[in-house]
Amino acid sequence: MLYAVLCYDAESEVCAWSKEMDDKVMADLGAVNQRYAEAGKLGPVARLMPTTAAVTVRKGATENIVMDGPFAETKEQFLGFFVLQAETLDEAIAFARELSAANPANGTYEIRPLQFFNPGVPIT
Amino acid sequence: MRDLAWIDLALTSARPQAMGALLRYFRDLDMAEEAFQEACLRALKTWPDKGPPRDPAAWLIFVGRNSGIDQVRKRARNQPLPPEEVLSDLEDTESDLAERLDGAHYRDDILRLLFVCCHPDLPATQQIALALRIVSGLSVKQIARAFLVSEAAMEQRITRAKAKVGAAGIAFETPDAAARAERLGLVSAMIYLVFNEGYSAGLPEKADTPFCAEAIRLARLLLKLFPAEPEIMGLTALLLLQQSRLAARFDAEGQIVLLEDQDRSLWDRAMIDEALVLIDKALRHRAPGPFQIQAAIAALHARAATAAETDWVEIDLLYQTLERIQPSPVVRLNRAVAVAKREGPEAALALIEPLAGKLSGYFYFHGLRGGLLKQLGRYREAHEAFDRAIALATTSAEAAHIRQHIDQMQREAAGL
Repeated sequence: MLYAVLCYDAESEVCAWSKEMDDKVMADLGAVNQRYAEAGKLGPVARLMPTTAAVTVRKGATENIVMDGPFAETKEQFLGFFVLQAETLDEAIAFARELSAANPANGTYEIRPLQFFNPGVPIT
Repeated sequence: MRDLAWIDLALTSARPQAMGALLRYFRDLDMAEEAFQEACLRALKTWPDKGPPRDPAAWLIFVGRNSGIDQVRKRARNQPLPPEEVLSDLEDTESDLAERLDGAHYRDDILRLLFVCCHPDLPATQQIALALRIVSGLSVKQIARAFLVSEAAMEQRITRAKAKVGAAGIAFETPDAAARAERLGLVSAMIYLVFNEGYSAGLPEKADTPFCAEAIRLARLLLKLFPAEPEIMGLTALLLLQQSRLAARFDAEGQIVLLEDQDRSLWDRAMIDEALVLIDKALRHRAPGPFQIQAAIAALHARAATAAETDWVEIDLLYQTLERIQPSPVVRLNRAVAVAKREGPEAALALIEPLAGKLSGYFYFHGLRGGLLKQLGRYREAHEAFDRAIALATTSAEAAHIRQHIDQMQREAAGL
């Protein structure tokens, strides 16, 4: 089974990290990722820019409306995701626990099994 | 240990919203600050055991407000002053954490908090110090160190600034669209000042000041509150682009490395990419403004893989546009750099000579003029200009950079 592990946290806190702290968190998460990648279990991983960089396209009456900002104003924001191959839900939870331990913030990880997955092509 | 670090971050990031709301309740900067401090102390006591609240800002507002009201009541026992006149909406102290849903207030609260720091009677340095103290929550010590003054002197400056703001009265009514736009403009300018104080200060003297990072945090905060304002996108992009070059701006000895000589592999790609996205977003609004144009200019540098590939024609055009909407000798001076690249030093020199009167006390004017004269082989005049620049330099790195020019010129003049 494929799982998406989605990371949520208050970006106002993540954006207040010093560069050193940010680098360290990325390295620590990277170490977890590497172990799962070497075991052939980790697919695409992405970190999203702050929601201030987002635009949202919505259906309008006649044409689509492009709005500045994220889909929803929330206290925590969707910050990034991992695609994991796991035999059981427990294995996916264990992965999320490891990410959580490597991440000093109070981020939350949502585990969502994938219904359809297209790995795409290598992007040039 | 881990908890404490996390709490510190949560308090820092909740600060603008909590301080903004407490300022609305108490209508007094000192009272709001005291209440916030008290709330932070309680957070440090209770959060490690109970875990973080779901909404730290709402928690701090609630606790800060109650402790502030207690303070007012305690003082009232000793003073005949009727506290209810000082406070607003005392009766709804029980309205608890519903505060967090109060999105409309929250936006104007933070804008007001930023806006009080931009009072026109305050000189730029006081605006910066006040914003960093009140909004960012930097310690007086940190701010004093960055301004190279004693802690006591900075404390006094901030106290005076607060007194001025208090005496002038703070506008508490919800601003209409025009007033809000005006506030946004002033606040954006203040954030830019904060950034510049950190940026132009120049390493190595102020290497460890967090001003630039703070300014970016404030700009992002403002953009989050006003997500469809292209000038705030421009401001944020501009700051990110300038900050992206931080690691390349000085060499190992702390000497300035000019843009064209910088190792571009040291530029921070993540910051550049975020800035380019913001510029793209801003352009869709078709409402250009000074920050967007300056960001677009910085973006042309960021997009050039090497200095030689820089699109100076486009940069010159953008500076011309900037000059039209915001005529200023400094903009003209910057444009001259592009003109020097496009048409040569003579044309650039002709462009800046008329600025001699207005910019006679400006380091960069004499630095650029000296550089252009040097390119033209007019060494004696160049030397004079460089000497003036050195006299006006505010950091040792600036002065050292100009001395390098003089040394190089003397070697050239000697035919070496």
